[in-house]
Amino acid sequence: MGLVTPDFGLVFWMLVSFLILLFILKKFAWKPILGSLKAREDSIDEALKSAEMAKDQMAKLQADNLKILQEAKEEREKLLKEAREVKDRIIADAKSEAVLEADKIIIAAKSQIESEKLSAIKEIREKVVLLSVDIAEKIIHKNLDSDSKQRDFADSLLNKMELN
Amino acid sequence: MSLCKIKYSALLILILLIGVNFNIFAQEHQEKEKEFNAGELIMEHVADAYTWHIATFGEKHVAIPLPVIVFSKEKGFNIFLSSEFHHGHQAYKGFFISNSELSPNKGKIVEQINGEEVRPLDLSITKNTLSLLLSVIFIAWLFISVAKTYKKREGKAPKGIQSALEPLILFIRDDVAKSSIGEKKYEKYTPYLLSIFFFVFINNLLGLIPIFPGGANLTGNIAITLVLALITFVITTVSGNKNYWRHIFWGPGIPWWLNISIMWIVELMGVFIKPFVLMVRLFANILAGHIVLLGFFSLIFIFGNMNVGAGYGITALSIPFTVFLSLLELLVAFIQAYVFTLLSALYFGMATEEHHS
Repeated sequence: MGLVTPDFGLVFWMLVSFLILLFILKKFAWKPILGSLKAREDSIDEALKSAEMAKDQMAKLQADNLKILQEAKEEREKLLKEAREVKDRIIADAKSEAVLEADKIIIAAKSQIESEKLSAIKEIREKVVLLSVDIAEKIIHKNLDSDSKQRDFADSLLNKMELN
Repeated sequence: MSLCKIKYSALLILILLIGVNFNIFAQEHQEKEKEFNAGELIMEHVADAYTWHIATFGEKHVAIPLPVIVFSKEKGFNIFLSSEFHHGHQAYKGFFISNSELSPNKGKIVEQINGEEVRPLDLSITKNTLSLLLSVIFIAWLFISVAKTYKKREGKAPKGIQSALEPLILFIRDDVAKSSIGEKKYEKYTPYLLSIFFFVFINNLLGLIPIFPGGANLTGNIAITLVLALITFVITTVSGNKNYWRHIFWGPGIPWWLNISIMWIVELMGVFIKPFVLMVRLFANILAGHIVLLGFFSLIFIFGNMNVGAGYGITALSIPFTVFLSLLELLVAFIQAYVFTLLSALYFGMATEEHHS
């Protein structure tokens, strides 16, 4: 059968041309094609990976933000609490100090009043002495303004002495 | 641009239609001339030839004469156009196309030495050789231009022919080479696998085009598949590692007396049977496809010879069948290219498999 006997001429031409084709394709077609396919796949892989990384980072950032927010809230709460405590303390302190001061003032006022009172009493006493001297003088003046009276008086006095 | 493409496609279809008409016309003419012989017609179409017959108008044959290159012991180197044979009717310089039914050289160039027909060393550019050269040029042009597109559109999405071929290239690389040979070694074999896949696939498709420059039964020729299988065999054998050869001569898990007596013979035969089967499968599938298609066409003329009405009747049946089979052949064109590539890849995978246990 002619169909199943390979023809030498065709085998020869096939061998030559196919090997040339193989060489040409390998060098000028498959190398660049497979190379750029690989490069493209790599770049897509890279892009996907970096996108994934960016997503992760984003999530982390968000979590961080939430944490920071939470912390800030706590901090504010704490500050407010402290401030309230400080305020209360200051008020209490002020109150007690005021009471102390008031007491002091009252005491001072009392002592001053006392001393004023004493000095006033002293003055009044001196005045009373002076007044009584005056009155006495005036009374004496009035009783001894005539010679007879003076004589009478002196006589009385002398009498009393003699009696003694 | 697109209008130009449409015009071009329309022209191509027109040419193809005319071609088919010519073929039928030619066959009808032959049938009137002499008794229609379906076997002869089919053989004429699937076999190699020294001329590329395109059409016949009445007595006039439209054919491309091809160069005949022969080396003979007596007459030395000769090169001339096949038109010198006048369609096989005349001898030229003592060379002639054998016509004897009994000779194994029927249809081939022979010379008469001591009353016997002897084949000279024949390196003629036959129909299949020309088809081969054209397809080689076409494939080289196609993939070099695609490679240029890849360079030009580095990192961008594929476009045009590039996007049509990229799925196939990726398919061969990932699903054939990578999965059969393995992640580590597939890169070395991918260029060859891609080359045989596209060579077989494109030539299968060209074989389905009924008129020049297609129509030659290239992948259905045993010389072509022989060379392809031979290259696969050589690559397999050369890249076979220690593990591969040990498996052949000492199968693991097989009793020692079997290994010594018969298994190594069976395995060694397998080394040669594998590429042989590869050769026969592609050749037989494509050849059978061509023969069946032509058989359905021939039915028209066989029945037409008996009765004109029967001829018309069978035409209505034969044409849909031919169309269906042509579509089937498109599928076969892909499947056979895929199978050839896949099996080659599997053999490479077997040859380079590392010992693991």
